[in-house]
Amino acid sequence: MPSDVPLSPDAPFPPDALLSVRDLRIAFDGVEVVRGLSFDVRPREALAIVGESGAGKSLTARALLGMLPRGATRNGTIEPDLAAHRGRRISLVPQDALSALSPVHPVGDQLAAAVRSVARVSRKEARARAVAALDRVGIPDAARKARAYPHEYSGGMRQRAVIAMATVNEPDIVVADEPTTALDEERRDQVLRVLAEQREAVGAALVLVTHDMDVVRDHADRVLVMYAGRLTELGPAEEVLARPRAPYTAGLLASLPQHAPPGRRLPALRGTPPAPGSLPPGCAFTPRCPLAADACHTVEPEPQEVEKRLVACHRWPELPHPATELFHE
Amino acid sequence: MSDALLDVRDLVVRYGDTTAVDHVSFTLAPGETLALNGPSGCGKSSTAQAVLQLRRPDAGEVVFEGRELTTLTERELRPVRPRMQPVFQDPYGSLSPRHRIGDAVAEPLRIQGRRPTPDQVAELLDRVGLDPSYGDRRPHELSGGQCQRAGIARALASEPRLLVLDEPVSSLDPSVRAGVLNLLADLQDDLGLGYLFICHDRAVVRHFADRVVEMREGRVISG
Repeated sequence: MPSDVPLSPDAPFPPDALLSVRDLRIAFDGVEVVRGLSFDVRPREALAIVGESGAGKSLTARALLGMLPRGATRNGTIEPDLAAHRGRRISLVPQDALSALSPVHPVGDQLAAAVRSVARVSRKEARARAVAALDRVGIPDAARKARAYPHEYSGGMRQRAVIAMATVNEPDIVVADEPTTALDEERRDQVLRVLAEQREAVGAALVLVTHDMDVVRDHADRVLVMYAGRLTELGPAEEVLARPRAPYTAGLLASLPQHAPPGRRLPALRGTPPAPGSLPPGCAFTPRCPLAADACHTVEPEPQEVEKRLVACHRWPELPHPATELFHE
Repeated sequence: MSDALLDVRDLVVRYGDTTAVDHVSFTLAPGETLALNGPSGCGKSSTAQAVLQLRRPDAGEVVFEGRELTTLTERELRPVRPRMQPVFQDPYGSLSPRHRIGDAVAEPLRIQGRRPTPDQVAELLDRVGLDPSYGDRRPHELSGGQCQRAGIARALASEPRLLVLDEPVSSLDPSVRAGVLNLLADLQDDLGLGYLFICHDRAVVRHFADRVVEMREGRVISG
């Protein structure tokens, strides 16, 4: 990183991080799937993690929670270790609201149990906090609804209840793994709005794993773009979407129908991401990159500071504007 | 409209006391993409199932290639079904995990009593951009996008005129989604297929469809 860039609050690594991930590596059977990832989560921010399937974004989110699947080995540091206080300082909003709730216990009991799992409070107090959390997410007649079972909730109410569960203990960070992938636009925006309100109310940051660029645009402060287990680009969401500095980010954006040129064919990233364990030499994106040059085939680029972002690309200064045109046929 | 591939008139589907599809009408020409757009529960998938006669509608007509389907018996529908094929959202769920991709693709032909040759299967896979070697693999060995391509190959096997695509790209990454949408566009150009395209993503619908029917609570609100 160039030393002449001052560490401003806008800099990629400001001093006031809530959580710092450094050189995170996650491997299965010796094959690295996340390969040396560093980023910070700032207080109260919404940080989106995007990338294609297999980029390592869900694994990264799970590492923050200390919920890596069996057989995974983790190296690198995540400080402070919020995962040791999962449920209190860091919590999860899962993709599937129905499976996140037990069908055999009333919703209020489940929230009260979540409260008592981290705080020494009376049953009555836990109960009161549970009802207050349900009320906060907009569940009408929360005291009565707390006694109802998940199947007695509508789909939208269940999603709200899951958000109440994730925020009831006022965590520092809420991790949401594709929370809206299965939802239509209206429900998606509603869920994300409730989540934003609750984060605001309890002062939590959000780490949001998604492949929906509309969600990034509307709901994230910063975006981390991952490719083949590495950082490709990290910066303010609005600026990254408006002017990507890495060809891979541009390719992701180019494939969105809202950015497509008239005509029926969408610009598509050619090929598919490499399988972990059979990465090409140099930059893993080289085989799909329209800007690839000699250096890209031999040296894997490290993230470097470009304006207010981190960009891992040898060729970023050569990127045209708009960069999405690189991918037009 | 006599030249319509599909003419749906006053379609009604009820589940008990709930009316899921409430007097929906639209037409679809050969080579045309008509999108059904709307939020979850608006009746678009129920409409698709009724068009395919997978669920018999409670009222209304479905005229496909000039034949009214709702009054036909299962036996009478048998020669019609190959000409209207579904493609579903979940690419893994729509292919049996135990069958090889090649067998899944050939199955619609076997059901018709035909004996597909390995060359025919290879050609179908090639048509959707899959290397014929994928015919020997099972669904879990394929990515979501590859699985969806296999699902499309299977739908094409019986030489349909109409594909009913129920959220075919909703579970895919944007980059993979673009590839599948491009494939569908190419197939339509080459084969003149009609597409009934069910999708809740407005940006995809705007880009991909020739016409859009907006649905809310079982009714058509515009289109």
